[in-house]
Order: sequence, then C-alpha cells, then structure tokens
Amino acid sequence: MSSLLEIKNATLKFGGVVAVNDLSFTVEEGEVYAIVGPNGAGKSTVFNLISRFYDPYSGSITFDGKNLLDRNADQVADLGIARTFQNIELFDHATVLQNLLVGRHRHRRTTMLEEMLFTPRVRREEKRHREAVEEVIDFLDLQPYRNKMIAGLPYGVRKVVEVGRALATGPRLLLLDEPASGLSVEETQDMRWWIDDIRKQMGITVLMVEHDMGLVSGVSDRVLALADGAKLAEGTPAEVQSDPAVIEAYLGAGAA
Amino acid sequence: MRIHFKTSYEHDIRLFPDWWTFFVYATLIVVAVLLPWIMDDFYLGEVTNVLIWAIAGLGLMLLTGQTGQASLGHAAFLAVGCYSCVIFMEQGLPFLIAFPAAGILTGIVGTIIAIPAVRLHGIYLAIATIALSILTDDLIVLMEPITDGVSGKFAPMITIFGIEIERWTTPDRFYWLVLAITIICTLIYRNLLRSPLGRAFAAVRDSEVSATAMGVHIARTKAASFGISCGITGLAGALMGFYAGAFNNETFSIVISITLLMMIVIGGLGSIHGAFFGAVVVAYLPQFLSIAKDAIGGGGVAIPGLETGVFGAILILFILFEPMGIYGRWMKIRIWFELFPFARKDMFKRQKSYLKTERLR
Repeated sequence: MSSLLEIKNATLKFGGVVAVNDLSFTVEEGEVYAIVGPNGAGKSTVFNLISRFYDPYSGSITFDGKNLLDRNADQVADLGIARTFQNIELFDHATVLQNLLVGRHRHRRTTMLEEMLFTPRVRREEKRHREAVEEVIDFLDLQPYRNKMIAGLPYGVRKVVEVGRALATGPRLLLLDEPASGLSVEETQDMRWWIDDIRKQMGITVLMVEHDMGLVSGVSDRVLALADGAKLAEGTPAEVQSDPAVIEAYLGAGAA
Repeated sequence: MRIHFKTSYEHDIRLFPDWWTFFVYATLIVVAVLLPWIMDDFYLGEVTNVLIWAIAGLGLMLLTGQTGQASLGHAAFLAVGCYSCVIFMEQGLPFLIAFPAAGILTGIVGTIIAIPAVRLHGIYLAIATIALSILTDDLIVLMEPITDGVSGKFAPMITIFGIEIERWTTPDRFYWLVLAITIICTLIYRNLLRSPLGRAFAAVRDSEVSATAMGVHIARTKAASFGISCGITGLAGALMGFYAGAFNNETFSIVISITLLMMIVIGGLGSIHGAFFGAVVVAYLPQFLSIAKDAIGGGGVAIPGLETGVFGAILILFILFEPMGIYGRWMKIRIWFELFPFARKDMFKRQKSYLKTERLR
C-alpha cells in the first residue's frame, strides 16, 4: 500500500540558509502525524512546501500517487489537502459563515454569468454548500458565532473557525499549523477531542505542527522531530520524547 | 429591534431578510419611478446625475471595496464605454444593442488591462492605473479618425422601440432609462455578493495566501473582478456621455478617476449603499457650495479650486474619524436606535488585528 503523502529528499534554501535539508517522511492514510522541533527548525516551511507556496530546491512530494510539484498552489485544495495557518489567516471582514463558505470554493460548479443572474441552479448549489457548512458548524459547536464578523471574535474562536474552514473544503489530508498555540487549557483539550474525532469520525488524515507535547502525545500516532531543517528522530511520541538527540536539540548538550 | 427567526437556509440567500425590508425598498423604487411627476426638470436632471455616478461607483466598488484593488484609472473605462456606445450607434446599431455591447467591450478591455495589473499590489497598482487614466486622454486625441479628437463627439438620440429619449427634450424618459439600468446593476452586484465568486473577491481582499490555500485562483479572480467592474463602469460612462450631450478627450480626465475613488471612500467601502451615498455627495457638493456662497454674500466671487479643496477636506475628515464612510455612520446610528437604551459608547471601537502570516511575496 502506498502512503497518502510522501516527501522524498526535499531541500529548500533561502539564499545561504538551508531551511529544509534533505528531508524524507511519509504520512499514512488515517493517521495523525505530528512534526515537532525548536523554533526555526523548518516545520512551517514543510507545510508551505506541501501547500506549494514554496518550490523545493530538490526532491519530490507526492500525494496519493500524484506529483504535487506539478500543481500550482491553488490546485492543491482540489486534490483534497486543506490547511490552517500559524497566525490565523481568516477573511476578517466577513462572517464566520462566509469564511466557511469560501472553504467550499473548490466545489463551485456555477459560472460567473449564472451567478450574476442568480439562476435557480446557483440557488440550489448555495443550499448544497450551506448544508455542508452547517455540518462543520455542528461538529465544531460554532452555532453562536455563525453570523458574527471575524474581526470581532476572540482568538480561541478564530482558531476553531480556521479549522472549520479547512474542514469545509472536504479534505483527505488536513494540515494543522500549531492548532493549540495561544489556546487556554480547556480550549486545547477541546482541540484534542476534535482532532481525534476528525480522524475517527470523518476519516481524515491529519498532519500537524505543534509545540504542546501534551497534545502531541495525546493524539498523534507518529512524531517527527526536526532541527535545522533535518530529521532528528521519528517514531511514537514516547520514543521521540526519550530520544537523546531530541533532548539535546531542545535543552542543549549535557542535559541528557 | 427586529429579530429574525430563521427557519430555512433560503432565509440567508434571499434578497430581503424580511417583509419590512422588502417594503422599504419597494417603496423607494415606487417613489423613484413616480419622481418625474413630483420634481421639476432641473432637479430630475440632478437626480439622474446622482444615479449615473452611483452606477460608476458600483463598478469601482466591486473592484476596490470588494476585491481590494485600488484603481485610480476608472475614468479610462468610463471613456471606453462612452466612446464605444456612441460609435456603435453612429454605425447604425440600435441603442438596445450598442449599449450592452459597449459594456461588454469595456469589460473585455478591463480584463486585458488586468493581465499585467493583477501582478501589482497596493500603491503600485494605483500608480499603474493613474498612468492608464493619463494615457486614455492622449489615445483619444491620437485616434482622431474614430474619436474626433479634441473637437469631441455629440451624443445621438436614443431610440427604443420607436420611443425617443433625450436628456433635454425628454428628461423624464432619460431618467427612467437610467433608473432601470441602476436597478439592474445593483441586482447584479447583489447577486454576486451572495454567490461563490463574490465570496472569492472578499477572500482575495482579506488574505491572498489563505484564498489560494482554499483553491481560489488569485489572478483569475482578480481578472473577473476587473472585467465586471469595468463593464459596469463602461455602462455608466455611456450614460454620462448621453447626460452631458457632448464630450471630448478632457471629459474623462484623471480628476474624474480621483473623484470616483474619493466618492466610494466617503460613501463607505465595500457596501452598495456606499456607492449611492457617495454619489449624492459628489453630485450635490457643487450646488451646495454655490448656495452656501450665496448665503454668505460671496455669490459673485469665483474661488478657484474651492470645490476640490472642500472635497479633499471632507475626505481627510472621513478617513480620520469615520473610515467606514457615510454607510458606516448610518449603520451606527441605526444600531443605536435599535438597541436603545443599551448602546454603549465603545461598541464600535476599532480593534487591533492580530499578526498576519508573513506575506509570501
């Protein structure tokens, strides 16, 4: 069986800085795979490589047997890859509902002319999109915020809305960039249950970058530790946490 | 305060949220249709002027307010619409074909302009579109065989199914024509807002990075926005030509471009109401100033640049104190009354936004 996502020998350089160095890993269908590492290790850069915002210097990325490097950034969503951003990139001057509906953009079947005239087909499609979005709203308990502007929402809710927008695209692989950063203890706990449910109920594979080791060891099947853009250790959360190389990268030599 | 109990998804899709809103807008349209019997010809002409500016404002609003692409060259598209409509009619096409054709042609021109323009951001786009506005002036002079250059053109008589429409002899018919086109353009704008393309416009405005991650093709979306925006602006340009009666290369100068942009900022960026409010300010400011001048006894004295100066001052005051424009103020007043007596002073305080992901370009 081939893996869902396969990254082989990916290297990315910004000028003289090697952000990702000969990195290879695979994500299997149905698992939760976490990437950890100190600041500047290249975790988010890996995400931006998968989203095709950056071109790798060398190496290959395949998703479900298809070469991702053949696609443009806007075609990645069409393959079934959705993502969130570390610093929340929501559409601030729109409501939660509208944000989630933008997530449905890859399912748009109507043309510009039909939409200008708002034909019955557009109306039918709108209702179909709305039904899909309502499922996400129900799943993430976003009902109270449905018609609120993003600009007026608290940080914790925005984090959840961003996960919701990614889910609304109906993905096979969900990339979560620090889903718990800036969240309170309870909100992190909620996020943990949601990630569990996303995998178990929706059958979506999750790849996430996270610093909160409690969350990482709670939900993930496998963990990849990065340092300076290269693989340090890979395995179950317990294995990675006890790996001497990982402890050294986090705490410095001699601490182990 | 009206509370909507939503019982179906249809509720969020339809044009009017409740019967009261429908009633208000229906009344507005009925009054607008009956206006020629209420007002004399001079004021009817002024209202026509407001509506034409509002159509142009809707066009620019779609591009600037909805998609976030500032354009300081929209007078160029007014000119394209105006000249193409009149030239089509001079070739013998009836108005009902020439007018939409002029809009479509302007839309196509706008889409072609968009090909280089979608690569530009913020101030660079503004500079490029200024260049466009200046260039159009020269192009009209250079293309004298078609455009009659500096001597200009006269708008022909409009005939629809044997009914003659002209600005001066039948101002009421001209007004109804403009009103119908205004309603159609407003409906198209409104339809876009409630469909995927309109949301994609807003997505591109607020965050290009995450719009891309959601599968929105940035360049194609911006090009669509340019196309529709310029098409609507072209229609307004054609109407301006008929309203003025005569026009040449200086009619659609860069001042018009700047006025248009100021108009939608003062009206309120990103709202249909804003285009209309802004149009009222633009169309009535000169009259208001001359009346005010008479009142203080300076009626006969010409003050060069007074209008532009006052207009600029109004713009600065709005940007400082009410960035949401007249529409924003209108909403605040409405909410204050709806919540009375529970409105708080800090309810509309602007909130600082969180840090954005570093831009990828």
